[in-house]
Amino acid sequence: MFEQIKHNMETIDGVSIYPILSLLIFFFFFVGLGIWVFSYKKETIDELSEIPLKDN
Amino acid sequence: MEMQQFYYDNKIVKKFIYATIHFGVVGMLVGLTLAFMFLFPNMTDGISWLSYGRLRPLHTNAVIFAFVGNAFFAGMYYSMQRLLKARMFSDFLSNVHFWGWQLIIVAAAITLPLGYSSSKEYAELEWPIDIAITLIWVVMGINMIGTMIKRRERHLYVAIWFYLATFVTVAVLHIFNNLELPVSAFKSYSVYAGVQDALVQWWYGHNAVAFFLTTPFLGLMYYFVPKAANRPVYSYRLSIVHFWSLIFIYIWAGPHHLLYSALPNWAQNLGVAFSIMLLAPSWGGMINGLLTLRGVWDKVRVDPVLKFFVVAITGYGMATFEGPMLSLKNVNAIAHYTDWIIAHVHVGALAWNGFMAFGMIYWLVPRMAKTNLYSLKLANFHFWIGTLGIILYTIPMYVAGFLQASMWKQFNPDGTLTYGNFLETVTQIMPMYWMRAIGGTLYLTGMLVLVYNIVQTLRAGSTIEDELAEAPALIRISSGRIKGEKFHPWLERKPIQLTILATVAILIGGVIQIVPTIMVKSNIPTITSVKPYSPLELEGRDLYIREGCVGCHSQSVRPFRSEVERYGPQSKAGEFVYDHPFLWGSKRTGPDLLRVGGKYNDNWHFNHFWNPQSISAGSIMPGYKWLFDNKPMDISLTQKKMQAMVTLGVPYTEAQVASGLDDLRKQAVLIEENLKNDPDFVKSYEESKKKAAARGEKFVPMNEREIVALIAYMQRLGTDIKVKNSAKN
Repeated sequence: MFEQIKHNMETIDGVSIYPILSLLIFFFFFVGLGIWVFSYKKETIDELSEIPLKDN
Repeated sequence: MEMQQFYYDNKIVKKFIYATIHFGVVGMLVGLTLAFMFLFPNMTDGISWLSYGRLRPLHTNAVIFAFVGNAFFAGMYYSMQRLLKARMFSDFLSNVHFWGWQLIIVAAAITLPLGYSSSKEYAELEWPIDIAITLIWVVMGINMIGTMIKRRERHLYVAIWFYLATFVTVAVLHIFNNLELPVSAFKSYSVYAGVQDALVQWWYGHNAVAFFLTTPFLGLMYYFVPKAANRPVYSYRLSIVHFWSLIFIYIWAGPHHLLYSALPNWAQNLGVAFSIMLLAPSWGGMINGLLTLRGVWDKVRVDPVLKFFVVAITGYGMATFEGPMLSLKNVNAIAHYTDWIIAHVHVGALAWNGFMAFGMIYWLVPRMAKTNLYSLKLANFHFWIGTLGIILYTIPMYVAGFLQASMWKQFNPDGTLTYGNFLETVTQIMPMYWMRAIGGTLYLTGMLVLVYNIVQTLRAGSTIEDELAEAPALIRISSGRIKGEKFHPWLERKPIQLTILATVAILIGGVIQIVPTIMVKSNIPTITSVKPYSPLELEGRDLYIREGCVGCHSQSVRPFRSEVERYGPQSKAGEFVYDHPFLWGSKRTGPDLLRVGGKYNDNWHFNHFWNPQSISAGSIMPGYKWLFDNKPMDISLTQKKMQAMVTLGVPYTEAQVASGLDDLRKQAVLIEENLKNDPDFVKSYEESKKKAAARGEKFVPMNEREIVALIAYMQRLGTDIKVKNSAKN
């Protein structure tokens, strides 16, 4: 099935960089997100999730 | 710390709720009318502005932009003020947003039935209304961001991130999909053609679902479910992951609407891959919503608001499981073009959007009117009749879709199609269309019960007034990161930076998919025998667009044995290079028309458009009698249209444009001559001449009427490829 992808893109110069680039974008996006989320302190997270409940 | 007093603007919330309810009833009523048109195709016989093709976009636009849109705005204005501890930035902008949006809806409700349509699904509105939408959307955005700037709560709660993503993404999608060249005040052509137009349209179409029906309602879920359950969201961490991964992945998934079409395969496969990935964030969000109710399930038994929310979130879960499955090529081969898709979108619309909106209305109105809901019993009744309505709507449509697809693909041992006549596959699913209409009736009944319940609640309650609140002012801190502050707490207190980052996240997918398709020429191989439409065919095509034929007929033959056998050779990208806009369609209530040219003679089309049942007994296509009216077709714009096409890259020569009207007349007269081959036509034609004379009306010859142009277009469809084949032989 991936044959189809390869041949359609062959006309672009240096196309082989694209899959690598995509993988890197994805890898760093989700790793970054993981670090972002798990570096929160428990108290901060609790405080944030309480925002809608203390509004009136 | 000094407390500041201020008022929450409840009146704007009230207005949007009234609009939600009002347009909910209208949108659903139009939907139900359409459901009955499957059963009684000629129930509005001869009334052009009440025909199926024109009402279908009215239904989808009313439900998406009027009902769901207004519900989102109501919930957004209520929750945003409270989450930010501030009144909206400007009452004036709030009201401009409200009245502007309602005017746009009214404009849509008038122009769509009149046939002013660009034909691109969920983006049918013509260019002046598109511009108005852009302006009002920007007004809303300024009001949102302004409120964030004057807020009294440091952190922007996750619901607000969803609202922001909705704002920026819908703006981007709307602008790029509606780039069109105006020909007159109410006619324009998409600047993209064929495959490129299809890709941009479904990048938009899919993300209209994502960013108009999903992200805003997820924002509402993250606010109203914790409020109604009186406990914080299950996992705030999960909600952050949910947000970023959802907006990042969603934007890539559009091409799954174009599987097996002439779109380059790499784009199709990219769409599939991302659609599968989408399951993870979607279900993360669903689980987060449902688990917020952990420990309070006893409340769900008695509180109709929570009942609505639970079914809404469950519906979201089902639809977002089904979506990735439908994007698998093998499943899509069955489901696409059938009522399965109709079932799928209605699980989303009726359960997720509808029930979320109902729960929110039942929660908000009594609170703002400082009273109790008039009748819990009626609200429970609404819940049950609505749920039953969803089940009765969707299950028959799943069955219908699967059954019809199977019949389309059934072969006899000798290699012929078992159901060679498309109509056989339609008559088989008529009972399912009946059940669907009943399910829709139940759902609408529930909506009417809501109207009564809310009216009674408002009558018993006090007038909805602005609400006094107090909060300490936000102490100004450095706009840069303060010492020890990590990146994310900084980002989450900076609305502008957050917006920019969200925009970057959604642009990556769009850019990677769309730029190559538009830039790389080799993706669209040209076919030398494909020529621009003749002036008459061009006018006929515009009639095809005006009448909304694309709502029931596709123009895209997939590379399956069953389709090639039934319709002819598969679509090729090069066939559509002059199609501004593309007309591939997304549903086959009737057969595909890509290669219908030359299949029947002109008289067949003539009689069929007048009364489809006279040609195909049991057909559910309505007649198009107004195309035969004794008045000349409007050809005042023909040359201007050709000129616009030249601007868009269609190679009409100057001479062709100059002789446009003469060529049009010549071809039309030829068709009239063809029609005269049928003695019945000659007889009734002479009779109508006499009748016109008796009434003292001027008789317009057939070649000047609209029907001839539409026949010309029908007979052209797919013939370019046939010419090539016959030349080879």
